[in-house]
Amino acid sequence: MRVTFTVNGRRQEADDVWEGESLLYVLRERMGLPGSKNACEQGECGSCTVRLDGVPVCSCLVAAGQVEGRDVVTVEGLADFARQRAERGGCAGGVCGTGLDEAKRWAAKPAAEEQAGGQSGGPGELSPIQQAFIDAGAVQCGFCTPGLLVAADELLERNDSPSDADIREALSGNLCRCTGYEKILDAVRLAAARGESRTAGQGA
Amino acid sequence: MDFLRPASWEEALAAKAEHPTAVPIAGGTDVMVEINFDHRRPEYLLDLNRIGDLDEWEVGERTVRLGASVPYTQIMENLRAELPGLALASHTVASPQIRNRGGVGGNLGTASPAGDAHPALLAAGCEVEVESLRGRRMIPIDDFYTGVKRNAMEPDELIRAVHLPKADGPQQFSKVGTRNAMVIAVCAFGIALHPGTRTVRTGIGSAAPTPVRARAAEEFLAAALEEGGFWESGQALPPSLAQQFAQLAAGACNPIDDVRGSAAYRRHAVGIMARRTLGWTWESYRGGAHGTKGGAQCA
Amino acid sequence: MAGVTRTPTHLTQGGKTRAGIGESTLRPDGTLKVTGEFAYSSDMWHEDMLWGHTLRSTVAHAEIRSIDTGEALATPGVYAVLTYDDLPTDVKNYGLEIQDTPVLAHGKVRHHGEPVALVAADHPETARRAAAKIKIDYRELPVVTDEASATAEGAPLVHENRTDHHIGHVPHPNIVHRQPIIRGDADEAAKRADVIVSGEYVFGMQDQAFLGPESGLAVPGEDGGVDLYVATQWLHSDLRQIAPVLGLPEEKVRMTLSGVGGAFGGREDLSMQIHACLLALRTGKPVKIVYNRFESFFGHVHRHPARLWYEHGATKDGKLTHMKCRIVLDGGAYASASPAVVGNASSLSVGPYVVEDVDIEALALYSNNPPCGAMRGFGAVQACFAYEAQMDKLAAKLGLDPVAFRQLNAMEQGTLLPTGQPVDSPAPVAELLRRVKAMPLPPEQQWRTAGAGADVRALPGGLSNTTHGEGVVRGIGYAVGIKNVGFSEGFDDYSTARVRMEVIGGEPVATVHTAMAEVGQGGITVHAQIARTELGVQQVTIHPADTQVGSAGSTSASRQTYVTGGAVKHSCEAVREKVLQKGRAKFGTYHPAWATAELLLEGGKVTTDGGEVLADIADVLEDEAIDLELEWRHRPTEAFDLRTGQGNGHVQYSFAAHRAVVEVDTELGLVKVIELACAQDVGKALNPLSVVGQIQGGTTQGLGVAVMEEIIVDPKTAKVRNPSFTDYLIPTILDTPTIPVDVLELADEHAPYGLRGIGEAPTLSSTPAVLAAIRNATGLELNKTPVRPEHLTGT
Repeated sequence: MRVTFTVNGRRQEADDVWEGESLLYVLRERMGLPGSKNACEQGECGSCTVRLDGVPVCSCLVAAGQVEGRDVVTVEGLADFARQRAERGGCAGGVCGTGLDEAKRWAAKPAAEEQAGGQSGGPGELSPIQQAFIDAGAVQCGFCTPGLLVAADELLERNDSPSDADIREALSGNLCRCTGYEKILDAVRLAAARGESRTAGQGA
Repeated sequence: MDFLRPASWEEALAAKAEHPTAVPIAGGTDVMVEINFDHRRPEYLLDLNRIGDLDEWEVGERTVRLGASVPYTQIMENLRAELPGLALASHTVASPQIRNRGGVGGNLGTASPAGDAHPALLAAGCEVEVESLRGRRMIPIDDFYTGVKRNAMEPDELIRAVHLPKADGPQQFSKVGTRNAMVIAVCAFGIALHPGTRTVRTGIGSAAPTPVRARAAEEFLAAALEEGGFWESGQALPPSLAQQFAQLAAGACNPIDDVRGSAAYRRHAVGIMARRTLGWTWESYRGGAHGTKGGAQCA
Repeated sequence: MAGVTRTPTHLTQGGKTRAGIGESTLRPDGTLKVTGEFAYSSDMWHEDMLWGHTLRSTVAHAEIRSIDTGEALATPGVYAVLTYDDLPTDVKNYGLEIQDTPVLAHGKVRHHGEPVALVAADHPETARRAAAKIKIDYRELPVVTDEASATAEGAPLVHENRTDHHIGHVPHPNIVHRQPIIRGDADEAAKRADVIVSGEYVFGMQDQAFLGPESGLAVPGEDGGVDLYVATQWLHSDLRQIAPVLGLPEEKVRMTLSGVGGAFGGREDLSMQIHACLLALRTGKPVKIVYNRFESFFGHVHRHPARLWYEHGATKDGKLTHMKCRIVLDGGAYASASPAVVGNASSLSVGPYVVEDVDIEALALYSNNPPCGAMRGFGAVQACFAYEAQMDKLAAKLGLDPVAFRQLNAMEQGTLLPTGQPVDSPAPVAELLRRVKAMPLPPEQQWRTAGAGADVRALPGGLSNTTHGEGVVRGIGYAVGIKNVGFSEGFDDYSTARVRMEVIGGEPVATVHTAMAEVGQGGITVHAQIARTELGVQQVTIHPADTQVGSAGSTSASRQTYVTGGAVKHSCEAVREKVLQKGRAKFGTYHPAWATAELLLEGGKVTTDGGEVLADIADVLEDEAIDLELEWRHRPTEAFDLRTGQGNGHVQYSFAAHRAVVEVDTELGLVKVIELACAQDVGKALNPLSVVGQIQGGTTQGLGVAVMEEIIVDPKTAKVRNPSFTDYLIPTILDTPTIPVDVLELADEHAPYGLRGIGEAPTLSSTPAVLAAIRNATGLELNKTPVRPEHLTGT
């Protein structure tokens, strides 16, 4: 079957999709977006977490056909997603997916754009949560990282100063085998603190 | 495999009538695991995501009509006052990502004894609204579970909604797993006090071939509360009463040994949960909160 | 490779920071990993590629009477179906030390999930459906699943005609390897004991549960060779095992490391490597294989489950008199790393304590259970669980504080191991215990909320709402452990590093090329730090790991920073010497310091050790590059005597101590670990941020096996009962406590920069500390891990 939906603001189409394929498979194997990870394919590890119409879900448990016409944000689009949200001043009131009009205006950043942070190797600016994961040492093997980033970003969108218990609850669907989670907690705290100081700096 | 995408409830019923073997998929949290792990190859997948009606709920005067696909997250966030037991159970379902997709319809359709919603549904007492082209019928929850992963539905029927009475008293839910989050129940227990009718209802998960009520425990407790004048006095329950309730609840179990736990442990744990949840609900009743605070993370 | 998606190439780190050793430099692959662009082995993609699928045995032990692949092969979209008969050469087995593992089953399967046939097809579903059509006629055989059944009279032999070098000294052909260690006279010393305690301990089968599944892509080359992109722990060991099976010279099997989603020992053995190559060579097309989680549980070896019998004696003033132990490890159907696991378990069975008189026996079985091999801390982990339980029992019996009792018997520098080998670097066992005990305790009842309620997230049972404080009891426990670093027992444990220095855009730039598998541990970060420190450059490029450079050994045994880090340092020093030689030749006449001073490379310059700048490195090198590939090895070790166990088998040790604070719901038998504090000696923290991350991660894996992780094998059928993340549980963020870490840096003068391998030690002591805390809370004996609610409730 053919499946058409919006991914990271762009309309994408996949042909000859087998009906049993998951959204995860289509993203990874048909759309060249392997950032969402395939660690368990049973909804237990969260490494495939994406936003589906703004809602964090395990993409391994969404049938490809169910996504027809819908809006998906993956880790590859997280930085732009966060930037657009910041430009809109957050979106506490509603669904944070990319609207159709916005989607039409979406453009990828030039890959060669230099980064300020001294890290190299990636295109574009990172979202606050991505930068915090690097800075806090929350990335080891990195396989859980994409899913954790999508989940943590959504947490901070809802709750800009979460308690440790809030962070733990929000991330309880994301398994990490390397870090013992301590530095992941550090990263979310760091991103939250930076968000606060940024807001404070703006006098808001 | 064919993927059927009905745009409306009527289309879905028509598709199910034409293809009774079609497997409905909504949140996908059961079906997709089976497909990913090659445990199941349905001829047809029947996608229910397009039927907006299934994601909606209505709070009426006495009941809540809960669409089959209303995600657990929505139940937790929006129906904690009306359906406290189910809201608590929803909070124990897997992970935030799963709670964002899964709904009560999936638990009922799969009818696994481990489904987290069942004990709360049994305790609340509810009716399952199922429909086919032949018509609509309401199945009382007590008649719904018929065997291991079997329910009272006909092959051409789909679950549209669950009709639950709004809580008229405190409700609680407790589940044992060997992990502090994202865990399938080793066993679970739900309880609802119904001061209006002076009854108590319970539900037990994962401790029998189907979700079951602890009827003897319910009857014992209702009688004891009545005889002791507890409903009126709001006095603390004597420990012996709670203990007997717990023993009867444990006695309602018919569990097996499996990788998640032993039969003996399940019986034991159901007893403990029965005693504790009775204590919590009764304290809540005495305090006049009538179970609307929800219990978990109660401040 | 045209067509292949992004490989993690040329990770460059630079900028203003010095970012040499000792600094918490950030990962060079961090940005790629947070943007989703880092290419793991399962992300590989090639135009026109096929999907490989493995058909595995559904029974544990059976004769294969026939295999019919006809229908599978006739399935549209199927390009190849391979069985044992299709193997191209006489080499049909592989193995790390003993080549006992069939590439595809030959007439017999020995464990549940053994690979029997392979399919390549145009879609994974096509491959799966075709595999389901392969008809295999099994005649089931009786299984051996433990020591009693494996060594019983007339027991079926797992391997009938063993020719490996252990067969001569094992008492039964179903024993892979046996290592006794006798020192002093344990029986005689026992007479001096005022108290004697003994116990039997059971350690469950743990899974590495790395998140990135076994996967990779094999691309057939025009020269008849193959390019393999794969996630592994040791490229050259893979290569040595793969090439002979394919009938190719090693240079025609070109391996490149893809992104590795964790390893923890589980990628030391081959999984899909040969299978993908066979299918690619047969079909002439690129073949990708990706296991799902179910298959992953069958696709790699696990931690050896063990039964351990211990006896210790002590005098009434608290001095250990003797120790006797017997450790039976279940190696499962194939040898994998079993011999080395036996070596570690036996030689470290005393733990970090002084005991002169010992009688030790460790052995690994062959059985029809899943094969077991490398996992973080192997051998030492199982022993630590048992000897630490014994220490608590002794302390209790003597009425002594468990920490004080341990400190009284703690090993120090100079202490002899039971193998007779002196520990020749700092062994701050007592100090680590002191530190971990001195850390402030977490407040009581943190689950109480401001009102009278409870936050269930902080209670046993967590979100499941099982207690609001009822039945909850706190307990505290301590443990300490010792792990050897590096490959022991005479293994030639070397590593290779190629370092190139040249001037690009007027700046000196270094490139470090090793075959080290970066599995998440941060080795590439450290390599860049070492190059900056040694070569005084800012820009360091880490070349992708591949087999175009010599072996880096395995990313295991806590050895990579030591050994490959040592090799990078060694090669950098050699490159530096060449730079200085050039400088002397060019500029020596301009300044006497060229001949007389100690010279350094610093900040892009050649300087004296006093800081005087003599030249720009760029001017020394001009357009010439210095490029050296050198091997480096740590001090040699020797084998243990097969009869007495004596020998200088180890090169370095790593010590960690833990204090666990738990809260147990004693009625439901549920455990919440509140805090797991760790103190560890790391010698020298090359990257403190990474060091702490390793310690916290290792601690958490130890926690997992303490309270939830176990692969459950049916003792009647030897079939795995819980091969999924629904039933094999690993800790979530709600199960993991705060993990304060106190890092001690006492240099080992024999090691580069004085560093110690650190990855494994925290996994050892974490488990017994949690067990001790649960015992402390419940008063129960608890001799098995993981602790299950049944054990705590007597159900």
